[in-house]
Amino acid sequence: MISCHWIDRRAGALLCLAVASCIAPSAVYAQSSFAKVIDEVQPKIVKIFGAGGLRGLEPYQSGFLISGEGHILTVWSYVLDSDVIAVYLNDGRKYNAEVVGMDPRTEIAVLKIGAEGLAHFNLDEAVPLDPGSRVLAFSNLYGVAFGDEEASVLKGAVAAKTDLAARRGAYETNYRGAVYILDAMTNNPGAAGGALTDRRGQLAGLLGKELRSSLTNVWLDYAIPVGEIATTTDEIIAGRFRPTPPMEDTKKPKEPHSLALLGMQLVPDFLPRTPPFVEGIKAGSPAAKGGVRIGDLVLFVNDRVVQSCKQLSHELTFVDRLDPLKLVIQRDQELVEITLELE
Amino acid sequence: MRIATLAGLWLTIAMVQGPLAIAEVSEVAPAVLSAEQQRIAAIAKATRSAVAVFANGGNGGGSGVVITPDGYALTNYHVAQPAGSYMKCSMADGQLYDAVIVGIDPVGDVALIKLLGRDDFPTAVMADSDKVAVGDWCFAVGNPFLLATDFQPTVTYGIVSGVHRYQPPAGTLLEYADCIQTDAAINPGNSGGPLYNADGDLIGINGRGSFEKRGRVNVGVGYAISINQIKKFLGCLRAGRIVDHATLGATVSASDDGRVMVSNILETCDAYRRGLRYDDEIVRFDGRPIRTVNAFKNALGIYPKGWRVPLTYRREGQEHEISVRLMGVHAESELLALLKSAKPEPGPERPDGNPPPDGDKPERTPRPMPMPGGARPRPEAVKVPPEIQKMIEPRESFANYYFNKLEQDRVWKAATASGDFAAATGNWKFTGTMTVGGQAAAAPVEVALGESVSKGTFPTGPAAVDEKQDLDAQLDPPESGGLLAALHLWRQLLVAGPAKFGEVHYYGEAPYAGVAGLADVLVATRNVAEMNLAFDPANGRLAVLELTIDTDVDPCELRMSDYREVDGRQVPHQIEVRRGDGIVGTISWSQIEFLPAGEAKP
Repeated sequence: MISCHWIDRRAGALLCLAVASCIAPSAVYAQSSFAKVIDEVQPKIVKIFGAGGLRGLEPYQSGFLISGEGHILTVWSYVLDSDVIAVYLNDGRKYNAEVVGMDPRTEIAVLKIGAEGLAHFNLDEAVPLDPGSRVLAFSNLYGVAFGDEEASVLKGAVAAKTDLAARRGAYETNYRGAVYILDAMTNNPGAAGGALTDRRGQLAGLLGKELRSSLTNVWLDYAIPVGEIATTTDEIIAGRFRPTPPMEDTKKPKEPHSLALLGMQLVPDFLPRTPPFVEGIKAGSPAAKGGVRIGDLVLFVNDRVVQSCKQLSHELTFVDRLDPLKLVIQRDQELVEITLELE
Repeated sequence: MRIATLAGLWLTIAMVQGPLAIAEVSEVAPAVLSAEQQRIAAIAKATRSAVAVFANGGNGGGSGVVITPDGYALTNYHVAQPAGSYMKCSMADGQLYDAVIVGIDPVGDVALIKLLGRDDFPTAVMADSDKVAVGDWCFAVGNPFLLATDFQPTVTYGIVSGVHRYQPPAGTLLEYADCIQTDAAINPGNSGGPLYNADGDLIGINGRGSFEKRGRVNVGVGYAISINQIKKFLGCLRAGRIVDHATLGATVSASDDGRVMVSNILETCDAYRRGLRYDDEIVRFDGRPIRTVNAFKNALGIYPKGWRVPLTYRREGQEHEISVRLMGVHAESELLALLKSAKPEPGPERPDGNPPPDGDKPERTPRPMPMPGGARPRPEAVKVPPEIQKMIEPRESFANYYFNKLEQDRVWKAATASGDFAAATGNWKFTGTMTVGGQAAAAPVEVALGESVSKGTFPTGPAAVDEKQDLDAQLDPPESGGLLAALHLWRQLLVAGPAKFGEVHYYGEAPYAGVAGLADVLVATRNVAEMNLAFDPANGRLAVLELTIDTDVDPCELRMSDYREVDGRQVPHQIEVRRGDGIVGTISWSQIEFLPAGEAKP
């Protein structure tokens, strides 16, 4: 039933395309090469190498420049969970990137490299697309390109603009906004973070992480419209969602929060970066009253990303126990915001 | 909720359909109609030469494309290999043709086959694949999932997604260097089939794709072997040979600052003899700038073993340009053993957690898979019709020696058209002068070539060759590497002809100094010597003769020119003698005599 529904939708979208190409003067260029357009876009695309390498976890992804000063928009993933994130520009120049910040709600991240005068997309100039629009997808899928080799380009069309939340539970993602469903196999391993443009090379979307429907087992080819993430991106650049703990010389309160006071116990801290999963909650404690549950993964403490048990404990030492503590928690496929207060 | 979304979508369509309903056909922009017609014409033209390969005995199959009117067709090695020497091929004309194997290139994953029964096959036009750009429209024609049981090929349209891609080999076979990446659907069974540009001209042979999670079907990432690479191998493939790819004899790696450096080099390779050493920086290869290890692998991986290619290296700030004869990726016995034992399956992934080495391919990049259609090979006895069996001649080191004989005959016929030496069985007497270092030697050069003994007088003194003894101790004049021995064997070959001379085979085509385009090359072995004879296809004449006694030292190279008639035969009157990088001397014959048999030389 579900799969039939999908085929119907796709067929409909293709019909749209067929109809559009009969009446739109733009189709005059149907036969000409995209080579010129692609040449202009390629300098804005970057190849990102970081953590991973175990089976099924490719240590690379894609990204694109959004400022002349080296800001790069990409997806937030395990690839960025590395001390060294290598970024290659299309001319082969290599930089070590820093994570400016990340937002787990939209699963995007902004990186920064130390370069200036770079070709880049301007998020303000991104174009909205309708079903039937021809698109080009730029990414380093399968890690095909390395060094000065250019990103891969796939062509296709927007099959539909729809809401991923309509399929709540079918896809493992925190993202709840609108997406472009694409009639092209854009979302292969390593493609996440790549750029979706219209056929003139104008930015339209960010290729999302690989998603497979748990209902149909079908891999989704999609992109997140720039309009859905532009504000968050600006916020990240402005300094929200900082991933790093405060500097060591930041003044700490005399009586800070602690896990014991909150009544929370995390999983044993065996790894260099053990994800901060909640393993135990003391009955009647602030954590229990606030609604924290066993199995929750803590993502943010007062809008600071915490990537490990150590970081979470460390972060608590900067918050006075008299102040409320805001946690963002991932619970299954939901993001939950909880405020805890000591009595 | 779902219904609402669906209804919304259909509404959108209805709105778009509105204007269409009132649109007249005549309102379609002429440019659109013309683009449509162009595409229809290109596909119609291209599908005519496409081939569906069906292995006999139900061993799967694939695709191919005819490139000559007499039926030579390209496919993948991994398609032809399970099929064996004899297969069936269908074309869009609805006909089923018998086909035999001609030559194979297991490293490049290319095979040449010949369709039988016509001399007017429709052919694909080979384009210049170096002009292909990312974003160009392209399309694949082939036999995906072996669907062409009705003989009608499948067309899949897309764009070029990447050029100059490097996809590593499985072990040492099936390496895709400098290949074309496309998002046109390439599925199992498309292997060996043509990738065309928007004009319907051939730019590559589809062979593999990247897959992983989505199963062994197209995920928008297919790879085609560039047709420019195949052009370099075509002569060797037509020779019915098992063709090896080339290596420099040196390995390279990227330095910390990203330069490509020689990290290891064999002292026995030609590159070493030409001066290349450990830690030299590779600047250019075959005229292509080398900035990454992949770029070097791409530039090198498109060459057959034995070709000479210019290379520029930098040492202490100084650039040096050399011409390097490339050696084989494998020793000959090694390649044969590999083909006998190994199935051309991709190697296992080697996942590790290390960051990718600079300038090199990350090792754990998922290995793209070759794309044969249907079952894995199961050797089965196939009955070959007797008239076709005549065109299949198994022989060690050859895919099909029958075709080598054809090419030998062709080259020899052209070479002897302007001079038949079969009757010149007496002594051959040459008199002339030799210029060494720009100075003509005072004493004349005299050479008498005989049936088993040849003698000569050179500026360095007298010299003699007796074929009853091993030639490796008879390499006079000094420093020439065997000038007299080379002339001696040259006479023997011309008199005896390839069939009686000893072991002679057609190598294929290769670039040689003094020959425009590519020369036809024969390899002749006798005593302990091997001769490479390069013939100019424009006139059939021998242009270069190289005598190799020991593969670890430089051969003696004779460049022949100034052909003039003597007793009704065209004979070269000038011979430039070269060794390694230098000219030993240039000989000009003022007198040439073919004495009757039995007459003693003076």
